[in-house]
Amino acid sequence: MARKEYSFYPGCSSERLTSASNYMVSVEAMCKKLDVKLNEIPDWNCCGASIGYAEGGELPRHVMNARNLAISEQVNKGQDVVATCAACWLGAKETKDRLAEDSDLLAETNEALREAGMNLQYKGEQEVRHMVEVLIEDLGYDELKKPVVKSLEGIKFAGYVGCQTNRPFGIAGESFENPKYLDRLVEIVGGEPVEKYDQKVTCCGGALAFSEPEKSQAQIKKIIESAYDHGAEMIVTPCPVCQMNVEVYQGQINKRYGTKFNIPVTYYSQLMAVAYGGSAKDAGLNGQIIRAHRLEEIAAKPVR
Amino acid sequence: MGDINTAMTEQYRNDFLKEVEANVEEGQWVKMCMQCGVCSGSCPLGPAWEHPPQEIFMMIRAGRRDEVLKSESMWMCTSCYNCIVRCPRELPITHIMHGLANYAHRLGLAPKMNPTRRFAKMFWKNLTKSGRVNEIELSVGLYFMDGFKTGVARAWAMKDIGLGMLKTRRLNPFGFVTHKGCKDKKGIQKMLKKAQEIEDRRKGFAA
Repeated sequence: MARKEYSFYPGCSSERLTSASNYMVSVEAMCKKLDVKLNEIPDWNCCGASIGYAEGGELPRHVMNARNLAISEQVNKGQDVVATCAACWLGAKETKDRLAEDSDLLAETNEALREAGMNLQYKGEQEVRHMVEVLIEDLGYDELKKPVVKSLEGIKFAGYVGCQTNRPFGIAGESFENPKYLDRLVEIVGGEPVEKYDQKVTCCGGALAFSEPEKSQAQIKKIIESAYDHGAEMIVTPCPVCQMNVEVYQGQINKRYGTKFNIPVTYYSQLMAVAYGGSAKDAGLNGQIIRAHRLEEIAAKPVR
Repeated sequence: MGDINTAMTEQYRNDFLKEVEANVEEGQWVKMCMQCGVCSGSCPLGPAWEHPPQEIFMMIRAGRRDEVLKSESMWMCTSCYNCIVRCPRELPITHIMHGLANYAHRLGLAPKMNPTRRFAKMFWKNLTKSGRVNEIELSVGLYFMDGFKTGVARAWAMKDIGLGMLKTRRLNPFGFVTHKGCKDKKGIQKMLKKAQEIEDRRKGFAA
């Protein structure tokens, strides 16, 4: 039996052949080493993400999240719900909070839920948590350090926390303006965090990277520029939207602004998967459009 | 939709604040704004807002209904939640902006060509079709939303990104056909239909 078990909400971007499939691969490798078991919520659906509100409104959005939570209550009894995606976590947690404080909304949600299969009823029994919370609060930094067999020594990382893992809920004990946990995770695997990364919690534009590309790319430019200015070799983030936006638009930003950006953008779980002795494939490094060569080299070395 | 707009205008007469409190998500908080402007100064896309949140709050109280609901402003929200965590009165500003945008959209007053409104609409349609987002359909749909010719130009401009995603196996080229989504698609759609009915009834949108 695994040390810890959770009811897992992977989210749309974690599926095979989707934008954050490499995140998922590395999370699996990381959790295996940490002896953490993730029990996927059967037939989970989309959380509505951050722009679902426009067409989806209020109740339909909450009903979508409540369906996942209700299935989880029914199938993965007694477990906390864990999401790896910032938007999934936020959406689900927001629904839980809102339904806890509004009994009318809760009754309406359950009325709608009855229309779906599986005879669902949302009770609000389980906590909704982010993977980072599980790592820090349930396992703790010391436990996270134990499986480290390779050091990422000599690599300087700009820890880009972004928005939705940080606001409005954030990680307990961390400040909204300068959260430190990502830097701590970098230190645990032997890397060097950029101490004064001033764009740590700047918004990448989120979904507006699609609809307002110029405005979003101006944001992304600041995030990357500051990483370079502080001597970072790579950016690391806990959020799939941040990862994608900051990585894939570098070519377009270079064209627009005459910059020469080419900086890898990785997930915390990829650093941990490599430090825990996983191969480049285990860490999903083949999913980087801008290859993280230094990490690949470390992953290729035999464990001493 | 025009009829609903007329009905709402008649029902609330000149009291736009009351209308917002009744029909907009978290609208009951609007009157609590003390006009400090921290939200406007904290917004990453602040300069792009015709009327930043602080102004929107004052305009609601001043009954400037059309100017608020027809504004592009709320559609600039990136959902970064900076305004929420910094507001000294702890107003759920992000949700109010979302709520206003949704309300304006429901009334048919939101700017027709606003790209975020159009993308959001496409996004919701995409995710509710199968219960999960189909990324290839979403991105191709976005490029081609203004017709074939512009679509080809947009897709060409994005080709390096698309190829990068394909090569790294982060995009499914066959997703149009192979995307499965949820097993209980029908149930999810029935559930959403019901939720919409309930919400429409509560907010006075029902016929």
